[in-house]
Amino acid sequence: MKIRLDNVVKEFETFRAVHGVSLDIDSGELVALLGPSGSGKTTILRMVAGLEYADAGAIYFGDENATDIPVRERGVGFVFQHYALFPHMTVGENIAFGMKVSKIKRSPQAIAARVKELLDLVQLSGLKDRFPGQISGGQRQRVALARALAVDPRVLLLDEPFGALDANVRRDLRRWLRKIHDELGITTLFVTHDQEEALDLADRVVILNKGKIVQEGTPETVCRSPADAFVMNFLGDANRLEAEIRGGKAHVDGIAFEADGIADGSGQILFRPADVTWREDGQGIAASIVRVIDRPDSRRVLAMTRSGQAVEFDTAPEFPHRRGDAGFLDIRRPRVYAAA
Amino acid sequence: MRLRRRVLPGLPLALGITLVYVAIIVVLPLAALVFKAASLGPEDYWRIISSDRAVASYRVTVTCALAATAFNLVFGLSLAWVLVRYRFPGRRLVDALVDLPFALPTAVAGIALTTLFATNGWFGGPLSLIGIKVAYTPLGIMVAMSFTSIPFIVRTVQPVLEELDPALEEAGQTLGASDLSIFVTVILPLLTPALLAGVSLSFARSLGEFGAIIFIAGNQPFSTEITALLAFIRLEEYDYPASAAIASVMLLTAFVMLAITNFMQARALRYTVRG
Repeated sequence: MKIRLDNVVKEFETFRAVHGVSLDIDSGELVALLGPSGSGKTTILRMVAGLEYADAGAIYFGDENATDIPVRERGVGFVFQHYALFPHMTVGENIAFGMKVSKIKRSPQAIAARVKELLDLVQLSGLKDRFPGQISGGQRQRVALARALAVDPRVLLLDEPFGALDANVRRDLRRWLRKIHDELGITTLFVTHDQEEALDLADRVVILNKGKIVQEGTPETVCRSPADAFVMNFLGDANRLEAEIRGGKAHVDGIAFEADGIADGSGQILFRPADVTWREDGQGIAASIVRVIDRPDSRRVLAMTRSGQAVEFDTAPEFPHRRGDAGFLDIRRPRVYAAA
Repeated sequence: MRLRRRVLPGLPLALGITLVYVAIIVVLPLAALVFKAASLGPEDYWRIISSDRAVASYRVTVTCALAATAFNLVFGLSLAWVLVRYRFPGRRLVDALVDLPFALPTAVAGIALTTLFATNGWFGGPLSLIGIKVAYTPLGIMVAMSFTSIPFIVRTVQPVLEELDPALEEAGQTLGASDLSIFVTVILPLLTPALLAGVSLSFARSLGEFGAIIFIAGNQPFSTEITALLAFIRLEEYDYPASAAIASVMLLTAFVMLAITNFMQARALRYTVRG
């Protein structure tokens, strides 16, 4: 099922508002809404589900305008951040709930068969008669997914699906969710504030800030060509140097970087800590080492440029220099933006 | 030998004081009651507790308490629901008023209710026009019992309702359930343990209520005389053993009822037992 958001607006008295978001999601696509807290990503998801009403704009499921269809008739599967399993029902009863309350009458045998099928799908066959309080967080999340899938939703929506889980469980579940999605081919939209999760799982990432889409594209596009300094910063560790832009070049401490198409004035250069090489031969921005931090697989070096701007970069564990040593920062893949 | 760390500092002292208090305030009077009742022979005891007047008083007390509790169950739940789910002007005032029956001396409540529901009172007048008599009838006893025990239901259900995750209801909605079926299949089962606790407290309080009832009941033996009053009448006649015998029946009823509700509560909460 194709989903289209057309200039959707939601106003709240507090934050989390959404200002005119338009978005197309293709049938069978797995899309991540990525943004910091308060960026409006969960509100967008809830509007698609019908748990929140848009103040303006429209939401289409295929060609049908779904904006005013109430949540219970919208046919979405929603997985809540904290699972929202019914604690007084067993795993099996939780999964059967949607089929039991449905207007489409199913025989108890048909429901039982479907429950078994879904338990097999989420690999929890032995846990049918347990209560949610008796299983682990990762298992609860899978039950929540099975419950949402039980009603054959047109769209699957997941709100921070792995937010409350341990890092290891999270990685396993991510790969597993991707597998399930590929098997079922259901259009899926999920919300996360974890860029690694979004990049790992999604076909396409939609990055939001302050209720607006700042960039959307494949993980490769957003990683390699971040649209602005916010995206660059949000996707990972980034260094930022103040620069002056003159005639298509960005100048920092006497070194010039390419800055095609950016108007003259103050600007900024952003780059990843892994994209810096420490040199002693005079190539790059002059700096001195302030501190060396040891990590299991690398050394993180904190340096200060001559103009007093801090830079962090990663080196091999064998990096021989110490605090106070002077040298030069050779920067690869710099991203130049106009000042915010 | 390793010293075991204590859970709480000063546990032996705190436990000692608590046990002494429980012994003096709760167990001792109950023991005295049983002891006094036991001073009667079995035949006398049976004769007193099974006398027509006593049996009639049990019937009046239990029927009225059941009716009052049933009323409180519905009204108390909806009151708690409104206080938790809606924000309206005066909500805090209503919330504070819920505790009033606890704070008010029961005799004051009884006199106030009698004044209101007497045939010349604000409520009693109009009601008598349509043929409903409240004061000096079992209906009056029910009114007094409801009034004094409603806070139990509201105050036990309210915190549970407040803690209820709104996502549970939203989950029900996304799965296609109607509001009614969400209430019946999701909310009500989760409120059941709290409701049972509130019902048992409300019922126990209604059984034992005295001050508020005697003013409005009319206290006619065989029709509007409650058991607590009968025990009191025996006391005033200096017939302590008979009074204790009647009281022991109330005590036993209270125990049995608490045991039943505890059992039902444990059943309703069986999903919280970790396996």
